[in-house]
Amino acid sequence: METVLKVENLRKRFDKEEVLKGVSFDLNKGEVLAIIGSSGGGKTTLLRCLNQLVIPDKGKITVNGDVIFDDELGKENEKNLRTKRLHFGLVFQQFNLFPQYNVFNNLTLAARLLAKENNKKNKGSVEDLKKEYARIDEEAKAILTRVGLKDKMKAYPCELSGGQQQRVAIARALILHPDILCFDEPTSALDPELTGEVLRVIEGLKSSDNTMIIVTHEMEFARRVASKIIFIADGVIEEIGTPEEVFENPQSEKLKNFFNKSVEVIAQN
Amino acid sequence: MFLEVTLQLLDGFKLTLLIFFLTLIGALPLGLLITFGSMSKIKFIKGLTKGFVWVIRGTPLMLQIILVFYGPGLIFKTTGVGRLPAVIIAFIINYACYFSEIYRGGIESISQGQYEAGQVLGMTKTQIFFKIILAQVIKRIIPPMGNEIITLVKDTSLARVVSCVELLKAAQDIVGLKAIIWPIFYIGAFYLLFTGVLTIIFGKIEKKLDYYKG
Repeated sequence: METVLKVENLRKRFDKEEVLKGVSFDLNKGEVLAIIGSSGGGKTTLLRCLNQLVIPDKGKITVNGDVIFDDELGKENEKNLRTKRLHFGLVFQQFNLFPQYNVFNNLTLAARLLAKENNKKNKGSVEDLKKEYARIDEEAKAILTRVGLKDKMKAYPCELSGGQQQRVAIARALILHPDILCFDEPTSALDPELTGEVLRVIEGLKSSDNTMIIVTHEMEFARRVASKIIFIADGVIEEIGTPEEVFENPQSEKLKNFFNKSVEVIAQN
Repeated sequence: MFLEVTLQLLDGFKLTLLIFFLTLIGALPLGLLITFGSMSKIKFIKGLTKGFVWVIRGTPLMLQIILVFYGPGLIFKTTGVGRLPAVIIAFIINYACYFSEIYRGGIESISQGQYEAGQVLGMTKTQIFFKIILAQVIKRIIPPMGNEIITLVKDTSLARVVSCVELLKAAQDIVGLKAIIWPIFYIGAFYLLFTGVLTIIFGKIEKKLDYYKG
């Protein structure tokens, strides 16, 4: 299988606390990786390091053979950083849609800006750019249909439910065709009755082409959808394996404790 | 008599309008520049800008007008810049400092998530600011900016300190010359009318931006 992502010995420190203490793993094309673990364990930081929203201190990240971070190479300039970020898409916990744009423009804004930039770089004509814009518009409609929000194209984010907003956010990430689509606790900010629709959309994206990384607290979902599970605690990968291995046969005490606590939480609810 | 006074006052009002609009044209963009300075990561620039804002906001505008008008002559023995230019310069600097703090408050109130969403979508810093952040900032700062701009209408009367014949000075001159008191009260109507129009305009802008929340 084709390796899409290779993470080697990733480290990150915030002030005194080391949040990632040397994280390494690989991901193949079409795999769905679920990252689980307690809050504060480093899950979100790992995701943010991949997206270069947080610059790691040490380590190496390679996507499709392209080194997107290497501490030995020193700091990237802004332009390179942008291109490298585009390998990843990121769906945030809080959606972060742009409130002043309607759903359709939320999708097309960045894609159009990139198209304009490429057109300028390749010295393309105005007609080329118009064609590209038309293509983007068509694709936006297709993606919105896919996430079930075609009829909300003209709506503003404030007019949508949390679940609908998150589906728009997923659509917005998809239109840029990232190599790896990341989700940072995509349902944590949603009311329980709205998580289903978002999880179904994510599950529907699973295919041999789409590689995904999902940080989640939804254990059932992780077990059903993921092909690989990473359990992170205190900044290190405690366990890594298939859902069967990790859920049926946890090795470390930390993971056993984590599952026990999760069960307690579910029981309490 | 009434017509004659009105015409004279209108001359003064023209100058009031001129000071008002020139100040806005200069101070609105200059304020943004000062905001960037006060939010700069370079400590020296940040400190310098903050110190400057402190001095400007910490001293009376009237004093600043006097300083800009008389200062160059006293310090460098030059002829200075003339009455109206001195007034405009002092107003622009003063109002830019107040605007800059309103802008800063607006910019800092936008959640980090908006910047991050722009970043992961491959947008440049400039694109993020102008395509995502700015419109949201404008929506949030309309009410405090309305306040400040209405204050500016009335502050234009400070220009009389260097003998610029704006509305209030025009009225005072008439009062002194003709020994009548009512023109000084009459100009209240000019100010009220002007600020009334501005209030309506700001209300309209607020309503226009009401199509989204956040």
